[in-house]
Amino acid sequence: MAAVVDPEIRVITIDELGILRAVDEDPATGRVTVTITPTYTGCPAMDVIRADIRRALSAAGHPDAEVRTVYSPAWSTDWISETGRAKLADAGIAPPDTVRAGQVVPLTLAVRCPRCGSPETEQISRFGSTACKALWRCRSCSEPFDHLKAL
Amino acid sequence: MNGPFDFALALGDDALIAAQRLGDWTSRAPEMEEDVALTNIALDQLGAARLLLTYAGELEGAGRDEDALAYLRDDREFRNCLLVELPNGDFAVTVAKLFFLSAYQLPLYAALAGCGDERLAAIGAKARKESAYHLDHASLWVRRLGDGTAESHRRMQAAVDQVWPYVHELFAPFPGAPVDPTTLRAAFDAAVDPVLAEATLARPADGWAPAGGRDGLHTEHLSYLLTEMQVLHRAHPGAQW
Repeated sequence: MAAVVDPEIRVITIDELGILRAVDEDPATGRVTVTITPTYTGCPAMDVIRADIRRALSAAGHPDAEVRTVYSPAWSTDWISETGRAKLADAGIAPPDTVRAGQVVPLTLAVRCPRCGSPETEQISRFGSTACKALWRCRSCSEPFDHLKAL
Repeated sequence: MNGPFDFALALGDDALIAAQRLGDWTSRAPEMEEDVALTNIALDQLGAARLLLTYAGELEGAGRDEDALAYLRDDREFRNCLLVELPNGDFAVTVAKLFFLSAYQLPLYAALAGCGDERLAAIGAKARKESAYHLDHASLWVRRLGDGTAESHRRMQAAVDQVWPYVHELFAPFPGAPVDPTTLRAAFDAAVDPVLAEATLARPADGWAPAGGRDGLHTEHLSYLLTEMQVLHRAHPGAQW
C-alpha cells in the first residue's frame, strides 16, 4: 500500500507526498478503507491514484477495498515527509519551503538548485508541467528545474 | 434564489464557466508560460466546480450528479455571474476578468472555510489557497500591462473599464446563503485598489451594474458557450473517456 507512487512524480510514494491520510481495516469484515486527499482540487492524477491503490490492495488480498477522498483538512506541502523531500531533490525537483500555519500567500524565498545547490535561481514560469509545480532555472549552472510550490 | 443548494450551484457555475472560458486559451496564449498558467488555473476552477456541483446535486436530492448539472441544463438554469461568461476578448480583458474573479473568490472561499456547512467549509479551505495564487498571477499581469508601454496601458485600462460594471453583481445579497456576499466587498476593494494604483490605472466610477446571472438571466454569450461545452454529452449521453 505504502509503495503506491504518485503517477506524475513517480519517485515519491503517496504516503511520502502526504496525500495518503488513513488506512483502516474493519475488524469484523476485514474490509479495508483507504482515505486520500488531493494536492489540488483539479488534480487529474486522482483517478489513476485511486485505481493504483485498488490494484495494490487487490494484489494484497483485499479485492473489495474502498478508496475514500476527503478535502478537509486541506493538503499542505508541509505534509511531504523528510524522505519525500530528499527523493524530490534527488530527482531534480526543488522541494517546497515550509508554510507557516494560516498563511495563504506563500512567500517567494530563494529556491536552491537541486543540481548544484546554488541559491542563485530565478523563476521562469509560475506554473509548470503539473498543477503543483513551477518552473525555475539556476543562474549558476544554467539548469532548468521544477519546483514544488509551497501550498 | 435561496438556500444552500442555490448557493452551491451558483459558485459551482461560476467556477465551471470560468474554467471553460480559460480553457479556450490552451495552445493560443501569447507565450508558452502563459499557456501553461491559464490552463492550470482553468484546471483549478474545474476542480472547484466539480466539488461544488457534486455537493449541489446532493443537496437537491433529485439524483443529479456533477455531469447532469454541467451538461444537461439550459442557459436559463445556470446561476453563474455574468462576469465569467463574457467573451475572453484580448489578453487584457482575460486578465481583467481573472483579476476581479479571483479578488472575489479569495475572500469568498476564506469566509466559506469558516462557515457552519461542513462540506462547503472543506471546499472553501481547499480552494482559497488556489485562489490566492490566481489573484497573485492576475495582479502581476495587471501591473505589467498597466505600467508597461503606452499601448499595453491603453488596452489594460480599456479592459478594466469594460469589465468593471460586472463586478457589482458579485456582491449582491444572496438570501439563505451561508456567506453574505455583501460582506466581501471590502476585501475585494483592498485587493484591487492598490494593484490598480500601482499599475497606473484608474479605478472606474461605479455606475451601470448589470445583473441577473444568479436568477438565470444571462447575456447571449452563455448560450454559445454551453452549446460547445455540452454538445458531446448531449449527443452521446454518459460518454466516458
